[in-house]
Amino acid sequence: MKILIMVKRVTDPNVTIRPNMDSSNVDLTNVKMAMNPFCEIATEEAIRLKEAGIASEVIVLSIGDKQSQDQIRTSLAMGADRGILIETDATLEPLNIAKLAAKVIEEEEIDLVLLGKQSSDKDNNQTGQMLAAIKDWGQATFASKLYISNEKATVTREVDTGLQTIELTLPAIVTCDLRLNTPRFASLPNIMKAKRKPLVIKPIEEFGLDLTPRFKMLNVESPQVREAGDILGSVDELLEKLKTTEGVL
Amino acid sequence: MTILIIAEHDNSSLKEITLNTITAATQIGGDIDLLIAGEDCAAAAEAAAKISGVTRVLVADQACYNGQLAENMAALIMSMASNYSHILAPSTANGKNVLPRVAAKLDVSVLSDIISVESPDTFKRSIYAGNIIATLQSLDPIKLLTVRGTSFSPAEQNGSAFIKVVDGAFDEALSLFINNDSVVNERPELTSAKIVISGGRGMQNGENFSMLEKVADKVGAAVGATRAAVDAGFVPNDMQVGQTGKIVAPDLYIAVGISGAIQHLAGMKESKVIVAINKDPEAPIFQVADYGIVSDLFDTLPELENAL
Ligand SMILES: Cc1cc2nc3c(=O)[nH]c(=O)nc-3n(C[C@H](O)[C@H](O)[C@H](O)COP(=O)(O)OP(=O)(O)OC[C@H]3O[C@@H](n4cnc5c(N)ncnc54)[C@H](O)[C@@H]3O)c2cc1C
Repeated sequence: MKILIMVKRVTDPNVTIRPNMDSSNVDLTNVKMAMNPFCEIATEEAIRLKEAGIASEVIVLSIGDKQSQDQIRTSLAMGADRGILIETDATLEPLNIAKLAAKVIEEEEIDLVLLGKQSSDKDNNQTGQMLAAIKDWGQATFASKLYISNEKATVTREVDTGLQTIELTLPAIVTCDLRLNTPRFASLPNIMKAKRKPLVIKPIEEFGLDLTPRFKMLNVESPQVREAGDILGSVDELLEKLKTTEGVL
Repeated sequence: MTILIIAEHDNSSLKEITLNTITAATQIGGDIDLLIAGEDCAAAAEAAAKISGVTRVLVADQACYNGQLAENMAALIMSMASNYSHILAPSTANGKNVLPRVAAKLDVSVLSDIISVESPDTFKRSIYAGNIIATLQSLDPIKLLTVRGTSFSPAEQNGSAFIKVVDGAFDEALSLFINNDSVVNERPELTSAKIVISGGRGMQNGENFSMLEKVADKVGAAVGATRAAVDAGFVPNDMQVGQTGKIVAPDLYIAVGISGAIQHLAGMKESKVIVAINKDPEAPIFQVADYGIVSDLFDTLPELENAL
């Protein structure tokens, strides 16, 4: 079974992002970048399936600028076999990412795609579902457990009321939630080894797709900041405030 | 313009967030059709017909919609999509699961989790863990949106919409519903409760959450948690508040043993009044709290319970 994992280069989740000077977009100058945390979880899950003898090969795909090679190398250092970068400086919408990934799936004859449920920068939570639609495959989003046997994937999903379990016929798409696993750290020897693993860079034009954006960013702004309030000395004082001043109790 | 809304329901009743989504649709303007797809969902359809602003309730009652599988739901929605200018779903696990699948089938984009309607094609949403609000204009012929419930007031319930049965069972046979392992909960729903009391890693273990529950039950509050508390196995995943969990905006939010990471704040900072109980005076939660008590929660929670 061949697994494709998709990884995204995003701003480090610990950095506070602000608008640029003319509020036309965010200011990402010199901002620290990292792999989307959900993509680390997808990578870990794929590697575990390979270690369990269920997957034969783990291919890692990123679609982004040249520096996205760093995130592919991180996946390779964790244990993925080879990488593909579709290089573009454009910020693509999930629909276009899904269209490009669908092409890679066809070329590589993939049986299972693992990707993050969302990226920590834009929170779109769309790419996996869109990819499943384009391929007409089954989808399991928000996975917290994945079990593969006999061409079927049994997936436990984190939903609003608790957990839901569904079964998919492979090939299929699974998007990973926080509780699926705890990603490993790559060891130094594995980081060195990953430098020699194959990584193919493909220009985006090669795919011949119409990737016109479907929405226009008109403006960005910082949200209103809340002011720090009062530190109180006792529970009685607190209840007095909540009852009398605020009327919320 | 005619708008289709995918209702959030459990077959027997509607979820409150459906009402917030209808308000968003009302702000866009036009007739509103509300789709109830499920199995034995007549009761939910009856409730839906009473919502003000809804023109028609479309009921698709079939075994294949049990569990709201994305593939079958998307096929059903596709069968009617061409009639609409906008398709909206609440920004819930179901809405986020289904709507992007419909979008790709229609070859259009989705705007996720909108927090305001500026015009029929322009919307705001929050990105970068709530640090940026972006205004986006959709260029697609059909606009697909998921709606953040806490950003829109709930629609009234004194309407009388026409109920129309939708025939056809779209069973794509790509996935199979096995079961739901729902958390039984007598308390109000986290996303619509007037008061929420949440615990973090400072609670130390799952048993200690009973201290929060006792306070919650005195004031009719829902109980939430941080990712750290869920990851540590103290409480189930459906209690997670934050960027990657549930978004809440109650009248009163009480954060207990929570540091106040931006990913947690992204899920609760629109609350009207925020109270923080934390033993570390430097904890970032105090920067957004209206009232803070710097103390050991194991002393303060029992005091709070007794005083209420
Ligand atoms: C991509 C991504 C997504 C995330 N999504 C979410 C999300 O949706 N929701 C979320 O909550 N987090 C999320 N996080 C995690 C977030 O960054 C924080 O790690 C998390 O919120 C911390 O939880 P906490 O406040 O419970 O724990 P900690 O940060 O460990 O804070 C515990 C607090 O308890 C206090 N405390 C300890 N003992 C006591 C005591 N006896 N009395 C009083 N106070 C005490 C401490 O002073 C401390 O401030 C996400 C992170 C990433 C990277």
